[in-house]
Amino acid sequence: MPSKRKILQTALIALIYLAIWEAVSLLVGKELLLPSPLSTLSRLAVLLTQGETWFYAGLTLLRIMTGYAVGVLLGVLLAVLTARSAFAEALLSPLRAIVKASPVTSFILLALLWLSSDMVPLVISVLMVVPMVWTATAEAILQTDPRLVEMGRLYGLTRWQIVKKVFVPSVLPQFLAACTTSLGFAWKSGVAAEIIALPKQSIGYMLYQSKLRIETPDLFAWTLLIVALSMLLEWLLVRGMRRIRHDA
Amino acid sequence: MHDMISVKNVSKSFGGHAVLLDFSAEIPLCGVTVLRGASGAGKTTLFRLLLGLEQPDAGEIIGVSGRKPAVVFQEDRLLPWASALENAALGSDEARATAALTQLGLGESLCLLPRELSGGMKRRVAIARALAYQGDILFLDEPFTGLDEENKRIAADAMLAAHIPVLVITHDDAEAALFGDYCEIVID
Repeated sequence: MPSKRKILQTALIALIYLAIWEAVSLLVGKELLLPSPLSTLSRLAVLLTQGETWFYAGLTLLRIMTGYAVGVLLGVLLAVLTARSAFAEALLSPLRAIVKASPVTSFILLALLWLSSDMVPLVISVLMVVPMVWTATAEAILQTDPRLVEMGRLYGLTRWQIVKKVFVPSVLPQFLAACTTSLGFAWKSGVAAEIIALPKQSIGYMLYQSKLRIETPDLFAWTLLIVALSMLLEWLLVRGMRRIRHDA
Repeated sequence: MHDMISVKNVSKSFGGHAVLLDFSAEIPLCGVTVLRGASGAGKTTLFRLLLGLEQPDAGEIIGVSGRKPAVVFQEDRLLPWASALENAALGSDEARATAALTQLGLGESLCLLPRELSGGMKRRVAIARALAYQGDILFLDEPFTGLDEENKRIAADAMLAAHIPVLVITHDDAEAALFGDYCEIVID
């Protein structure tokens, strides 16, 4: 449980940001350009009472988190493959470099050509997560102390036991760090993909509609919801990872 | 099974540098055999060849295959994320590991991680792991590094009490003497 002091500090920081936002909003003087915190938060409150908000947020979460899970799994598989085989590394590393270097919008537009709009955010999440998890996990596998592996073999451990007792604990810190970092990227890129691909039932679509109708408070409210969901996801992930680290 | 390990005309080079050249020896599989030689003479290389961790460039080694070696390397090779007990139980079980650790004076430190142990304690965990494993031969490469005199004696007694052949690399006469009677093989 966070201490009382910590809660007070967090509340104070939130108040400082709200005060700055309010001051800038008053300076600008146009709700259309920069809505005040009050109008944004009241709009957010209204959105949160509507069932469709939760439904759309749920579908957005489902798309992006499915992509994230697939990306993590694929990243680990590729890491194992390329760490074990120099040929696989030589064969696949150009693909990793291309995915890393290309702008995400290029992939979104390409994915739009090939896939249904519902699938685009999912695929984009996969593409964001795979290179990060792949690179970090492969590096960690290669950095695993070969003397420990040798010792495990001499002490009669099976291949699976060596993976479980030597490789997994050795790789876990870098893997979990990559999972945390890539979650933020998957989320941001997934929502960006929704804004471009416009699957009908999604946060991205609602965000785009707010922009189209120049409903700036709605735009801000949806953005706040996206940020809140992202923070919630990261919090859940970090908690889950702490448990995994503790159990490992 | 052979009652002797025969090393016949073994040569081994690394990067063009010959570490062992046409080396032959008979290592008895009973009691203690001390492997000696100057620094860089190839003791550790021979140790690794005997364990099958390296293959000779020439010659052959007979009498090791099919045996279960319990090894203490020059380095402790402890899993940093595992407790003293988990480390010692690698390849055996917790009951044997607890007994071995207690025998070596670490009965109160079972749950400590390697980073919480002193150099000497880590060394004793590595020795306990080898003792708990209950192998057919005890391979020891400088096993007493970092131990004080009393713990050296306790460790040597525990090794002798295992009643299996011991092959030990040490450059220290006093450490070799801890094993009582022993055969000596010199690599020059």
